[in-house]
Amino acid sequence: MGNIPSAVKHCLSYETLAQDYPWLVRWLQEEKFGAICEFPKTVKIVEVGPRDGLQNEKMADHVDVLKGITKSPHVKYPVLTPNLHGYQAAVEAGASEVAVFGSASETFSKKNINCSIEESMLRFKEVISSAKQADIPVRGYVSCALGCPYEGDVEPAKVTEVAKMLYDLGCYEVSLGDTIGVGTPKSMAKVLQSVMKEVPSSALAVHCHDTYGQALANILIALQMGISVVDSSVAGLGGCPYAPGASGNVSTEDVVYMLHGMGIETGVNLSKVINAGEFICQALNRRTNSKVAQAKSCHCVP
Amino acid sequence: MEMLQNKHSVCIAPVQVVDMATLMRYVNSSRMGHRSIALNCSASVARAFGVAAGKPLPAKVKIVEVGPRDGLQNEKTVVPAEVKIRLIDMLSEAGLPVIEATSFVSPKWVPQMADQVEVMQGIHKKPGVNYPVLTPNLKGFQAAVKAGAQEVAIFGAASELFSKKNINCSVEESLQRFEEVTKAAKEQGVLVRGYVSCVLGCPYEGKVSPEKVAQVAKRLYAMGCYEISLGDTIGVGTPGGMGEMLEAVKREVPVDALAVHCHDTYGQALANILVALQMGITVVDSSIAGLGGCPYAQGASGNVATEDVVYMLHGLGIQTGVDLHKLMDAGAFICQFLNRRTSSKVAQASCKL
Repeated sequence: MGNIPSAVKHCLSYETLAQDYPWLVRWLQEEKFGAICEFPKTVKIVEVGPRDGLQNEKMADHVDVLKGITKSPHVKYPVLTPNLHGYQAAVEAGASEVAVFGSASETFSKKNINCSIEESMLRFKEVISSAKQADIPVRGYVSCALGCPYEGDVEPAKVTEVAKMLYDLGCYEVSLGDTIGVGTPKSMAKVLQSVMKEVPSSALAVHCHDTYGQALANILIALQMGISVVDSSVAGLGGCPYAPGASGNVSTEDVVYMLHGMGIETGVNLSKVINAGEFICQALNRRTNSKVAQAKSCHCVP
Repeated sequence: MEMLQNKHSVCIAPVQVVDMATLMRYVNSSRMGHRSIALNCSASVARAFGVAAGKPLPAKVKIVEVGPRDGLQNEKTVVPAEVKIRLIDMLSEAGLPVIEATSFVSPKWVPQMADQVEVMQGIHKKPGVNYPVLTPNLKGFQAAVKAGAQEVAIFGAASELFSKKNINCSVEESLQRFEEVTKAAKEQGVLVRGYVSCVLGCPYEGKVSPEKVAQVAKRLYAMGCYEISLGDTIGVGTPGGMGEMLEAVKREVPVDALAVHCHDTYGQALANILVALQMGITVVDSSIAGLGGCPYAQGASGNVATEDVVYMLHGLGIQTGVDLHKLMDAGAFICQFLNRRTSSKVAQASCKL
């Protein structure tokens, strides 16, 4: 019978079941039984390295960049637009998707973009309204979803409020950011439980920072809870502006390695991402933050 | 709800709790076509059943600190005995319940552990804290006991090639050697901890079958090891593989007697540890400052950092008995001596480099 669990073998009706439901036999024998049942089949990776990553390393000339890249069909190239002025410049430069950044912390909002959360939403409303007219999708971000460098703990209810505002204004997707990487799977689960009451999980993403090494564990719990969009940065570009010397964004290579290892499709070619990471690290004269890239470059036997 | 809970159970531990009647009620229910279970068992399903957030986690986890042995063994700089002793004492003060102190392997093979007797006799043995030492064979065991060891560790492998290359004998031969150790240990009232290497992959064989891991773990447990630590020696494992492997081993060894020893070479350690906790594991091995690179990938990282593990566990509301600040002090101390950067992200973020 092969590798059928003994509990099933002893079931008197097993043979009948096997006859009537051959898929059940295959299912029980399926190696990745547990994994398939718990996680999404595919995950969309949102690569933030060129913007979020490089912003913390070096800032290139955004117009030149947007005009210079070869845009692959079926690939999206969102750009950050803090206000209507930025939005108009982006559209003029050829942007076909934009992103707006809200915050779940008032202090962070004031320190980072010099206005309250409410004021920022008014600005975003203008952007989203214009984008809607031009048929340009808008992605929303919520910073400090799991903690704030100024306020400390952030209430999940506040994260939910801001996420809902962005979603209701018209963002097709809202990415919840652990801006300083302090979150752990428990706080991630709490926030997601709260937000998912107001925003469908299919419209949510997680943007985990790896400052305290927690990113992959946090992403794992998010996947278990139904999230299927993950932000990451090639080579883990972008340190943490609130902890000099510490890491920031989680590495795309490490995320993809985990997802592929779990049998989750991403459509991403890991070797090519590693190559892209090597390229940019060489240009920046810095070591990659990706453990997968480090291991591969050290010619680890596997 | 009963049906839904069984569905939840089926996902995690199909062997133990598959209830055919309930399963077939589910299959025949109008909620989902039968094909959907296997092929479309998506996150939305898990969410609808409210299972993911409700996975029970242990209230307490025991950390087995392997830095002074496993960690230092893989560092190039030879550390003098007094520094090792100071490190171990600082780790004891930090509240770690188990600290692997040294190894009674021949100094010819592992020069870093040549001061094994001096370290064993020099450390302050905090009451309630265990200080296991590695013993590859009966000779090593006898030397360890003579030096005052009250707990020893033996290392098996789930891969034949790895066993031959690492300790120059087959898995079966190694288990026979270990039986001599466990027999002598039993007679002398010494505890024995067993390790299984290559549980999620082998640098020579590649994939390792979960059944093979289960067999080796079962043998070690049967011969008297009170605990079996399952090691992802080259850090290639991912949460799916960890789950499958633990399912297989749990069929042969009680979960209370299991530990995970995850390497962070591919950054997967904390995610793998999380899955292990969700499956009932309550003992986690780690290394202060992430000491100990990967001998199969020069320059890559190896052991997962104790600071990062403790940070996650405390964030999950799990008790460890460990004081994270004192732990970081110990990490800073040894990194300063070794003149190297810590591999712990928590330490890096806290500027305890």
